[in-house]
Amino acid sequence: MNNLRRTLIGAAAFLLLKPFAALAATWNKDAFGAKTPQDALKGIGASNAASSKDLVIEAPQIAENGAVVPIEISSAIPGTTAIAVIIEKNPFPLAAQFDFQNGALPYVKLNVKMNETSDVRAVAIAAGRQYTATKEIKVTIGGCGG
Amino acid sequence: MTHPMTTAQSNQPLHFIQNITVKQNGKAVVEAQISQAISRNPVFTFRIKGGAKGDKIEVSWLDNKGETSSIEAAVA
Repeated sequence: MNNLRRTLIGAAAFLLLKPFAALAATWNKDAFGAKTPQDALKGIGASNAASSKDLVIEAPQIAENGAVVPIEISSAIPGTTAIAVIIEKNPFPLAAQFDFQNGALPYVKLNVKMNETSDVRAVAIAAGRQYTATKEIKVTIGGCGG
Repeated sequence: MTHPMTTAQSNQPLHFIQNITVKQNGKAVVEAQISQAISRNPVFTFRIKGGAKGDKIEVSWLDNKGETSSIEAAVA
């Protein structure tokens, strides 16, 4: 059995406007609406997340453009099924949550908007427990718009 | 994916992708909930174990206005 790693990139799509009935429509409104990192953590059930060195965040030390900050997160914690991204000083700290299943690895690279210099916090959910790690990214020009 | 991903701080109406599903041969492998904090024209990289040439990958998304879109490609 091949265990090849395939890199998948979400591609730019022209709008097909095909109705997509089976798409998961749960969106954690409370967590995404939280205005503090603590409330965001609470919203995703990770208030007691333990710090872990096996959760690695790779990102530039200084982001020139706060509108597009590339962040790469990888979890070596066994049994990781989800990764969430919290940008502590953003007006709404919770940026995204990814759930992995059926062979997807606990890894994601994404571009986020940062309002100002801030800690970026990753949360990993593995085997019913939560883990966390942070990294500070300095931002010269804020990217949340307005 | 092409999408404005506007924020509550901008002067434009709020319009952003909320859910993304990635499927490999019809089975969901990644389900994401994202927000206005994701950059305009989102690009993500994921990694999947056990892929084979010809596998069908489908990426679909749903935004806060109820608009959806999807794209399919085969692993080369």
